[in-house]
Amino acid sequence: MQVSVNPAKCQGHNRCARIAPDLFTTDDMGTAHVVGDGLVPAGRERVARLAADNCPEYAVSASDEGDSQ
Amino acid sequence: MTATEPRPPTRDWTTDFDILDPRYVEDPARIWDGLRQACPVAHTDRWGSTWLPVRYDDIAAIAHDVEHFSSRDIAVVSPGREFNPEASIPLEAPPITSDPPLHTWARRLLLPAFGPSAIETQTIVTRAVATELIDGFSGRGEVDVATEYAQHIPVRVIAQMIGVPVEDEATFLRWAVTILQEGFINIGKATDCVMELISYFAARGDERRAMPAADRPDDLITLLVEATDDDGAPLTDRHVIGSCFLLLLAGIDTTWSAIGSGLWHLASHPDDQQRLRDDPALMDTAVEEILRFYSPVTMARYVVDDVEVAGCPMKRGDKVLMNFPGGNRDPDMFERANEFVIDRAKNRHFAFGSGIHRCLGSNLARMELRVALETFLDRIPTFELSDESAVTWSAGQVRGPRRVPVRW
Repeated sequence: MQVSVNPAKCQGHNRCARIAPDLFTTDDMGTAHVVGDGLVPAGRERVARLAADNCPEYAVSASDEGDSQ
Repeated sequence: MTATEPRPPTRDWTTDFDILDPRYVEDPARIWDGLRQACPVAHTDRWGSTWLPVRYDDIAAIAHDVEHFSSRDIAVVSPGREFNPEASIPLEAPPITSDPPLHTWARRLLLPAFGPSAIETQTIVTRAVATELIDGFSGRGEVDVATEYAQHIPVRVIAQMIGVPVEDEATFLRWAVTILQEGFINIGKATDCVMELISYFAARGDERRAMPAADRPDDLITLLVEATDDDGAPLTDRHVIGSCFLLLLAGIDTTWSAIGSGLWHLASHPDDQQRLRDDPALMDTAVEEILRFYSPVTMARYVVDDVEVAGCPMKRGDKVLMNFPGGNRDPDMFERANEFVIDRAKNRHFAFGSGIHRCLGSNLARMELRVALETFLDRIPTFELSDESAVTWSAGQVRGPRRVPVRW
């Protein structure tokens, strides 16, 4: 699974980084970024999906496309 | 009709709603449910033409459409607007009352001071404030958590961040109540308070500018007096004072309302209180659910250009209420929307708004709410409402309990 943040949509609600601090971080302006390459470690898929499902701006996505790689 | 005159009660919520009607203040969720079935964007001509959307997606769409919906007037009721929709608001308070491009840099200036890492450092201050308050009543077996606890936490924390004496707390609370909570019923008193606030912050700004730069304390007043705009010019007095107005008042009754609502909920729902005591790891979802279920803040936008929303023709000069509390109860967005679910995992609430005006202080408010609840639960044994009939809720821009007597 892969997570990503759309910086054009992110408004700094900071929900993703609170739910999954190992997957997301925020900069001084509060904008969220993925940690590292955004690849979700095994066992953290549910938390990654929750980060996406709690974003009021629909800026966070968690997709399964990276699984087969 | 003005807000100060007695008003006939609302008969039809779709065409003549009144957010100051006692039934709306008492239980707005029932009215939103009815509107979602009948007419998801209600209208009223009380205090000038005003719209009330109740669906999450409609509210989010309006929040993101800054071309049609301006923040020049964010008050849910603007006295005098029924006579002149262009009536000016008493004070500009950048960035909350600004539109791009001014909004963009005025907000960027303040964002770092309210970012997650900066706010983390305020946790110790907040816990100390909460602990000191509890020390004052813990031996008594009873307290009004609204007036003796919740009310004092945000004002003391923000006073320290801005760089004004905590000893002036009573003045700040009086301004917040008179301007924000009672402004629409007593315009004269509110205007007096705004003038007082302008003189107060003009003096603080002058003091700061008169100091050698190296001696200036590291706080928000210093940040504002040293800041420059995009052209390298210092901020105008009007901007500095307006931003101080926003920074001081925006977080006071909003966060006090959220803390009060959270403690009211725990006092009146012993099962939730016990679950949170047994499993403190629930605090994160509990805080977000308090923000969703008891969202304190309704904002407004001013229509700058005719536009249609969900089939409703909004005209230039109309006002739209940003009903974030109502959107947070939309069953199309939330399962069991009218139930408080303390471990709700999927919670895309927009209690702090949506789009470019996302509450600047959201990290601070969330931290204060969490620390206030944690410290209270830690120091006070199982508590309950001591007089349910004494609990009153505020009306208008900010909804929260103003008296919550509890005992243990």
